[in-house]
Amino acid sequence: MKDKPHALIIGAGFTGVALAHDLALRGFAVSVVERGPIANGTSGRTHGLLHSGARYAVKDRESAAECIQENRILRRIVPRAIEPNGGLFIAIQESDLEYRQEFIAGCEACGIPIEELTPQQALRLEPALNPALLTAFTVPDGTFDPLRLALSFAATARRNGAQFHLYTEVTDLIVDGQGKVGGLRARNRHNGETLELRGDVVVNATGAWVGHITHMVGIDVPIKPTPGVMVAYDRRLTQRAINRLNRPADGDIALPQRRMLVVGTTSFSIENPDYIPVIPDHVALMLERGAALIPGLRQARQRGAYMATRPLIGGSGPGRSISRTFKAYDHKETDNVDGLVTITGGKATTLRLMAEKTADVVCRKLGLHRPCTTAETPLLSYRQFYA
Amino acid sequence: MNRPDTDPTAMWHLTYIIYRQKDGQPPRYETFQVEISPEEYVLDGVEKVWAFHDRSLTFRHACHHSTCGACGMRVNGREKLTCITQIRDVAEDGGTLTIEPLRNFPVLSDLVVDLGPLYRKMEAVQAPSVIPLSRAPLEGDDIAPPEETPRPEAGGEFIRLSDCIECGLCISACPSAAADPDYLGPAPLAAIQLQSGSLNADLLALADSREGVWRCHSAYECSAVCPASVNPGWRIMDLRRLIAKARLQAVFGGRT
Repeated sequence: MKDKPHALIIGAGFTGVALAHDLALRGFAVSVVERGPIANGTSGRTHGLLHSGARYAVKDRESAAECIQENRILRRIVPRAIEPNGGLFIAIQESDLEYRQEFIAGCEACGIPIEELTPQQALRLEPALNPALLTAFTVPDGTFDPLRLALSFAATARRNGAQFHLYTEVTDLIVDGQGKVGGLRARNRHNGETLELRGDVVVNATGAWVGHITHMVGIDVPIKPTPGVMVAYDRRLTQRAINRLNRPADGDIALPQRRMLVVGTTSFSIENPDYIPVIPDHVALMLERGAALIPGLRQARQRGAYMATRPLIGGSGPGRSISRTFKAYDHKETDNVDGLVTITGGKATTLRLMAEKTADVVCRKLGLHRPCTTAETPLLSYRQFYA
Repeated sequence: MNRPDTDPTAMWHLTYIIYRQKDGQPPRYETFQVEISPEEYVLDGVEKVWAFHDRSLTFRHACHHSTCGACGMRVNGREKLTCITQIRDVAEDGGTLTIEPLRNFPVLSDLVVDLGPLYRKMEAVQAPSVIPLSRAPLEGDDIAPPEETPRPEAGGEFIRLSDCIECGLCISACPSAAADPDYLGPAPLAAIQLQSGSLNADLLALADSREGVWRCHSAYECSAVCPASVNPGWRIMDLRRLIAKARLQAVFGGRT
């Protein structure tokens, strides 16, 4: 009798930990190899917005529908990491109102429940909003704590047998005589020792860094690392996520989190995502744009400023025009290299769904029929990762 | 916020002296020259050392804006959440920053400590990770709930992530935790006090135990280093008061 199939996952960001959880529930032996701590890259540095999908409902309905579905699931399975307080889209200028009809139609098409408020009603709900606002819509947004979200998936995966090799950097993929990827070698950064793991499949879940891994076997993946700035201020001026009612643009989200408001973001392209300096102009822009939504931000102190790099999929257009959905590549099909799957793109809000689709690809590759059960499985406390 | 007296693009040259320890070897300090803007944060400099000088450096980090609690370190001997410690507040151009791991936790390597003991204690005291808005004020360090708490349109309460980010700074700074690793410590005791409206007998007994509130020497180092307005020192004193009251009630049958 064959042992459990063994999946090797590279990366312990949102996708990696959610996939570890999914595959462990589907009866896999799972090993996760991550060069740093949990969620140290893009995942940890996310804005923290639990998207309702409304942001994408006009231009990118596939992402929007994914967001509202996953928003509801995450509220259920990981309540300890979420502020479930809803959100508002507000129009400040006449030009924002031109977006109103498309917004209503898009939200309706994607099943996102919205309600239009008068300016007076909106200001009663959130007195710190720009008093010049012209209209407002409620949306079921929320806030999550990025590390705790990731740890909750990792803790549950671990309880179900997944092994986590943190601070362990993959140095090369092991390829057999037929060109099939059958394992990996990695260096433990605590003690310099080499780790060699063999598995039935290797999943590259390294987000903006997927190219670093696929280049080890000569494959290019059309990923566009697209950073943006986030600035945290020291006053929680609203209880709901505040979004500008218009096409996605710079600095159009202000998100309450603990005692803070976090304003984001910008969008530009880079080559190497390992270190991205915070650009002072971008920080100044966040205050400018954020204060258009919530004027009191000008009296708040900056508490932190940071860059996060979205792993957007391909295309030659600018970052904002690229779909925010995700893609799982079976490199047997795309590049005739067996044994390797790459998952990238997507958004924090859709981490569970990304893992489900990737686990489906893995099961199909191995000829297994094992249904996904993560949508119905409550996660353990994030603290259990350390139990 | 860019202050008008400085050119935000001007870079400073700092010497980072970083604690290094690998695989049980004796610790040593290693020096790196880091070019960094005074507007950036201490953690950015540590990440730069890793990105451009030494890929073997290990450190903990995730959110880079004080919500996750991962990046606590000692900066020039003081516990800091390094992602919100701005360079200009702890150094000057040409100056030195000494970066060391938190104390009173096992060091896994370099700047990485094992926070497992803290997480396990927080779990044991059922520390609430989300909390109704009405249970904690939003501004200042006052402990009393706000007079008027905003409520959602559908009734009920707004929920927010609780203040304690479980970063371990308070444990690192606490002289009692240094003397006794089994001491529950500031963050877990503060988490018990936070539940004081609905304390069960087990939690109260835990707070009143040998490793509970009476171990505290009132140094208030915890409150001094807390980056999240928890004020554990005040909460420990309040918990002592609650325990004393409960004892009196037990003796006098509630006639106090």
